[in-house]
Amino acid sequence: MSRLATTPLTICECCDAVYERRPLASGEIAHCRRCGAELYRNRRLDLDAMLAIAFGGLITFVIANVYPVLIMELGGTRAQVTLWDAILATYDAGVGLVAVLAALSLFMLPLTQILMFLYVLLPLRAGSVPAGFVPVMHAIRHTRPWSMVEVFLVGVLVAAVKLAAESELAPGVGLWGLAALTVLLTLLTTFDLQELWDLAADCEAGEGVACPP
Amino acid sequence: MSAVISARELGLLRCHACGAVYRAAAPGLRCHCRRCGVRLHQRKADSLSRTWALLIAAAILYLPANLIPIMKTSTLLEERWDTILSGVIALWQKGSPEIAVIVFVASIVVPLAKIAVLALLLVTAQRRSAWRQAERARLYRFIEFIGYWSMLDVFVVALLVGLVHFRGLADVQPGGGAVAFAAVVVLTMMASKSFDPRLIWDSEPLRRVRREA
Repeated sequence: MSRLATTPLTICECCDAVYERRPLASGEIAHCRRCGAELYRNRRLDLDAMLAIAFGGLITFVIANVYPVLIMELGGTRAQVTLWDAILATYDAGVGLVAVLAALSLFMLPLTQILMFLYVLLPLRAGSVPAGFVPVMHAIRHTRPWSMVEVFLVGVLVAAVKLAAESELAPGVGLWGLAALTVLLTLLTTFDLQELWDLAADCEAGEGVACPP
Repeated sequence: MSAVISARELGLLRCHACGAVYRAAAPGLRCHCRRCGVRLHQRKADSLSRTWALLIAAAILYLPANLIPIMKTSTLLEERWDTILSGVIALWQKGSPEIAVIVFVASIVVPLAKIAVLALLLVTAQRRSAWRQAERARLYRFIEFIGYWSMLDVFVVALLVGLVHFRGLADVQPGGGAVAFAAVVVLTMMASKSFDPRLIWDSEPLRRVRREA
């Protein structure tokens, strides 16, 4: 199978329509004429911005996990809940599947997403392709749809409303961390992975390294 | 519309992982992407039967997910079991109709809509129907986008279980419905991932060829 490296063709992921790539104005997005899906954006990948978002994500991730998201007072006693308290409590209560799902979609996958992006972006910015680029990029692609921090954030809101009638409730520091993390992770998932693939290919070509057979 | 040509007609294909464009080899030949190594194929393998299997499993689990309580709340005065729907009603009656609507949409409308839409897409794709293709493509992207929000109620239960344990005063325990519901969400997400949206458009080239002949 021959790769058409020189032809600037693009194929719509959603309907298989073929287009010739055309240069876009800054911020412009090309959409498929047939099915309306996004084809590609202006290929001006800002690695510095991506790195800043990934680092910011890492910091807010720590804040969101270390501090409680909700603090509750009832009958003179205080209770607070962190993300991990919620996960461990569901595990102890015997609904292991829920605990595992929450641990994956709220902790493991967002964290590995951020770390994998950093691992890929830092060397690419310096002009080299990191070892294991291919498996890491595949891992990013596979884990992407399963990170659900934004849903958890709305969940905190719903839980607070449910409890507000009977008790004193206050937001914890972790809640602000969670809100910031949600924004940063959303930005992180809007990056077009195909651009990173193309960029890595350019890097390797620039160094005179032949494409792997 | 008429100018749109599908990659299959031109004998091209797109790597689903990294977007590289290739000239398709003879059918039956196993080919891998030179850039990222994944197995190349014109359409996702066994998309229809895989999606049907996951969808049917989700539809079956949808019943226990809604009939079995997702949590038990015990206070000094009462002990109550809540299913998803009764939780929504309680929220409405407690005077937060906005939140009740959010939970209702996320936990009841979205999963049902997802199951119905996927069934519609599967049936029309199987018949190679040319009916409202652009709208079907948009529907598919829409359920892909909203699907994971159904996890909302599961996270709310986890939070309440983690937060509300005031010995004697109040306590929240999860119920089996939460497990079934989480499974429904995961299964519908996997189902929409395994559906190949290009199948929606596969009636087009056949029609065109016939017209020209």
